[in-house]
Amino acid sequence: MRLEVDIKGKTFRSAAGGIQEVLAPVKFALQSGEVGVLIGPSGCGKSTMLRIILGLDPEFSGGVARPPQARIGMVFQEPRLLPWRSVEQNVRLAAPGVADAKLAELFRILELEAHRDHFPGELSLGLARRVALARAFAVEPDLLVLDEPLASLDDALASRLRDEIATLVASRPVMTLLVTHSLDDAIRLGDRLFFLSPRPARIMREVPITIPRAERSEADLGRIKGELARLQLESK
Amino acid sequence: MLRLLSFALLLGTWWTAALFVGGAKLPAPPAVLHVMIAEASSGALFLHLGATLARVALAFTLAMSIGSAIGYLMGRVKLADRLGDPWLILLLNLPALVVIVLAYIWAGLTEAAAIAAIAINKLPTAIVTLREGARALDRSLDEMARVFAMPRWRAFRHVVLPQLAPYIAASARSGLSLVWKIVLVAELLGRPNGVGFEIGVAFQLFDTPRLLAYSLTFAAVVLVIETLLVQPFETRANRWRPRAA
Repeated sequence: MRLEVDIKGKTFRSAAGGIQEVLAPVKFALQSGEVGVLIGPSGCGKSTMLRIILGLDPEFSGGVARPPQARIGMVFQEPRLLPWRSVEQNVRLAAPGVADAKLAELFRILELEAHRDHFPGELSLGLARRVALARAFAVEPDLLVLDEPLASLDDALASRLRDEIATLVASRPVMTLLVTHSLDDAIRLGDRLFFLSPRPARIMREVPITIPRAERSEADLGRIKGELARLQLESK
Repeated sequence: MLRLLSFALLLGTWWTAALFVGGAKLPAPPAVLHVMIAEASSGALFLHLGATLARVALAFTLAMSIGSAIGYLMGRVKLADRLGDPWLILLLNLPALVVIVLAYIWAGLTEAAAIAAIAINKLPTAIVTLREGARALDRSLDEMARVFAMPRWRAFRHVVLPQLAPYIAASARSGLSLVWKIVLVAELLGRPNGVGFEIGVAFQLFDTPRLLAYSLTFAAVVLVIETLLVQPFETRANRWRPRAA
């Protein structure tokens, strides 16, 4: 499967009547098994881009080619759980076909076992985010979209969840699109990094990381980080 | 306990007032109770009460289901809202009496006319409440349901309906109280049975004990239905909230 994004532009009319450009032309493609990372300043139009890619916003020029049968797993910036359904029901409603064993394993990995029957209102934000992750993983997605999934989690948990995401991505041919502020997350998870400009967003630079995810040593990561810092300096 | 005390206080006030005003205008509680028992043992009380309750149930169900559907549509679809709004305002402000009288003139003094008239009176408030509910639906959850490709029915049942439930409960609560009031007027004007009819008869004969006997039994039934049906539904609809409103 392959995701092809070719957005020519996106504008919207502000309340004052002026026309605002949110997205400049943006073009990239993603293969199964690849993790694309969108990095950009806040407010640059990343969320708008995600909404377009997910098919939630049809009003843009250009096109997005996404296999119609592709199952989508999404982790929104806010957890977006159904407050009137329990944690388990929230996951099962999005993924009705999930096997009990698979669900149990997900809950174990994300440390949600004790919270199965809780309502989202009873959870901390960190827990709610983990439920949102469980929901996205449970659908066994072909396209996984993660909008800052590790924000507001403590470092230990964030790094464990990062490993879990990496495991999932490795276990199935899934196209993954990750939006993050954290360069650390980006270089640990990403295969290709897309650096976005301030609004209207366009791709300023595409940086591939050629070392397979599983084989990246701390030294490699340090070197990549250094290179990226140098590139950023150059562009300024 | 507190409820019982407040009820006893009401009864005491009534009794005292009856002593001052005199039995013709305000009979004492035992006199009313006597009529109640007599009417109940002859079966007339249950017959009239049953007729009224049947009308309430029919008109209420009709108005709630049609009103909820229209309200939801108007809250979700802009065009429907703009088309329906003038009608809604007209219906909202149409006096109940006008609707009832016109229904009897146009459809005759029939059961259908009575039930339709009651339902039409309740309809606009159900529409308004549900429209507000549909407008307040959380778009971000809609998007979540769409991204996860939830089938329409499942999304409606688990995403939309729980959000509407408090509005449905509110509409049921206010609607029921409206229907209780209007059903008696409709019966008074054009039905040969029901609590409203009996109250009309009692009024013509200035038979206050009979009037009170029927009104109070009716009020008691309303109270029971409110506590046993409407309130539990409201509580259930709100149970996921950390603190029920």
